[in-house]
Amino acid sequence: MTSASPAPARPGPRTPLLRMLALQAARIALALFFAFPIVFMLVSSLKPDQQIFGDLDSIKAFLPVGHVSLDNYTGVFDRVPAARFLFNSIGISAVTVVLGIFVNSLAAFALSRMRWRGKKIVLSAVIATLIVPFETFALPLVWWVNQLPWLEVNGFHLTLTEGWLDTYQVQVLPFVANAFSIFLFHQYFQSIPKELDEAAVIDGANWFGIYRRIVMPLSGPAIATVAILTFLPAWNSYLWPLMVVQSEDLRPVMVGIQYFFQLNPSWGEIMAYSSMITVPVLALFVAFQRAFVSSIASSGVKG
Amino acid sequence: MESRTRRLTVSSIAALAAAALVAGCGGSGSTGSSGADGDTLTLWTHNAGNAAEYGVVKQIVKDFNAGQSKYKVKIQAFPQGSYNDSVVAAASAKKLPCILDVDGPNVPNWAWGGYLAPLDLSKGKVAVKDQLTSTVATYQDKTYAFGFYDVALTMYSRKSVLKKYDIRVPTLDQPWTKGEFMDALAKIKASGKFKNTLDLGTGDPGEWWPYAYSPMLQSFGGDLIDRSAYKTAKGALNGEKAVEWGKWFRSLVTKGYAPQKSSKSPADDFRNGKTAIQWDGSWSAQANTDKFGSDLAILPPVDFGDGPKIGGASWQWGMSSTCSNKEGAQAYLNFSRQTKYFVDFAKATGTIAATDAAAQQVKGYETGGQFNIFLKAAQEFAVVRPVTPAYPYISTVFSKTARDILAGANVSSALDQAVSQIDNNLSTNNYSTGS
Repeated sequence: MTSASPAPARPGPRTPLLRMLALQAARIALALFFAFPIVFMLVSSLKPDQQIFGDLDSIKAFLPVGHVSLDNYTGVFDRVPAARFLFNSIGISAVTVVLGIFVNSLAAFALSRMRWRGKKIVLSAVIATLIVPFETFALPLVWWVNQLPWLEVNGFHLTLTEGWLDTYQVQVLPFVANAFSIFLFHQYFQSIPKELDEAAVIDGANWFGIYRRIVMPLSGPAIATVAILTFLPAWNSYLWPLMVVQSEDLRPVMVGIQYFFQLNPSWGEIMAYSSMITVPVLALFVAFQRAFVSSIASSGVKG
Repeated sequence: MESRTRRLTVSSIAALAAAALVAGCGGSGSTGSSGADGDTLTLWTHNAGNAAEYGVVKQIVKDFNAGQSKYKVKIQAFPQGSYNDSVVAAASAKKLPCILDVDGPNVPNWAWGGYLAPLDLSKGKVAVKDQLTSTVATYQDKTYAFGFYDVALTMYSRKSVLKKYDIRVPTLDQPWTKGEFMDALAKIKASGKFKNTLDLGTGDPGEWWPYAYSPMLQSFGGDLIDRSAYKTAKGALNGEKAVEWGKWFRSLVTKGYAPQKSSKSPADDFRNGKTAIQWDGSWSAQANTDKFGSDLAILPPVDFGDGPKIGGASWQWGMSSTCSNKEGAQAYLNFSRQTKYFVDFAKATGTIAATDAAAQQVKGYETGGQFNIFLKAAQEFAVVRPVTPAYPYISTVFSKTARDILAGANVSSALDQAVSQIDNNLSTNNYSTGS
């Protein structure tokens, strides 16, 4: 029997094309919407102050037109020891990231793979610390780090000193252990089959061997995510360094932005400095983007 | 596997205990909390990023260090925007420097909080009595800080604009009355030539609000606090005159004269021709002169009924109460009190030198000079912000209230609420009276 009913209408060649064009146009509009602040910052960093505000009412605000030069970048280096601040921030962020990955993954490993009494309570306690904002305990923390001892190397002698204020370590160590990183590692480790541990034990591996040879090599996306999530606050750190660091030589980049806010701020220089300190963060995110998204998706954690 | 875990746990606890023991025995090599290491004194300034003013500080320190061999001063500079936070954090850790600068209105609070020690300035070459009163900070009859300069609020416009709309150019002796001011705004607004008839600079998030707008309140006859005893804001901040100020302040927005929120750089808007009259300070005078030359009109503040008023007190210098070498700190501060340094600061920052003798040596500020109006205004119209430890709180409350009023809040209710909050703070902390 042949059917007399008409065949279902096939979409015409134009419909998907139009839909695709509309979708692309919407995507481009959305991308531009989010890119505009960054474009404005980069473009304004090339203009004198008066022109920045003169162009605000038109599309020229987003275009490198008019009196365009690198004068603001020269001005940045005249006003702020920008190279030193960048060096400090790169060092502080890098050490915090490396130590953070090591310490937090170890903690998560113990909470996720080992069997010991009370680990659920410990995990709950760790997660509970997430609800306490840093600002609420910043001042007590200043007092606390001011009491801590440190070993200083003086030639061939080790000297025990008191107080971490005005040092690099005070900008790194309080932020190594991080509840969110532990939780993220924990969630990711849970997705790795425990049979692998048992097989490794049969082959003679100890706990650290399982951590180093089995679990961590399989946790690339989680490591990348923790790297980004640790790097961002370390790079953006502002309140803490201005409370605990007095020497200019030890200051990070974010404190440097305040150098520009005088009675008459130089907005061109502010945009130039902002561009200089934003580009490394963007580059890092682009480099780790794929792993970042993958880890967020697989661990079921939303930032 | 479990026994290994147990061993690991035991080892970790032992290591932690050992570390704690070492920490407990520590203490040698401590840097102390005095702000001085023997005769080497630390000085903190808010001038990081401000090369001109920082240069003068460095010069004074260099001269002091070279001029004697007993004391040595070393500088640490902080950016202005985060300076107060750094000082508060250092005070909580007992790490204040010996010598530090402080924004004038904060002196009573820092003195009350025990950050600052009283000064003996009798050995300086410049007598305290010769300074503008707003540049010497006293609290409970003791001097805690002094400044080398002050700044003055002012209005900028262009003579050609005022002439075009047939508006009288006000003078110090004959400033605009409220009626004249509102007529001027109406004429300029009617022309439709300017994006902002008046720009009050409301985009600034900080101390600008009480500094810039409380003098207007005072000119109406109100105030931030009842200065007879500094125990209440009742009557001063919510009386008839204060309510009148609030309604007028809001009307500037409702009548379309001033934007509710100014741009990030009202000074650039004025120089770009977008604004006809700008409420600003003496620090913009040189840049505006460079742009408009002799067409620039520097106008005194409006007399709203109780005389023209401007805010007083800028950055000043003091000594910390925890300084272990107060003699050295006093020596430095007295050394700095030389007319040439008053001149250098004023020249470097484009501000008003704190003494007449110094002002005469700063181009433009001498008698008959283009900027002498600022010196006269500072002498005649300046009102220091309330001399009470509660000032930082009053400042915050007033800023929020003024913002709410500008945004359309009921004026009487907003001011009543502000008074209630300030009075509550005053009674809770039992602040001592000002001086």
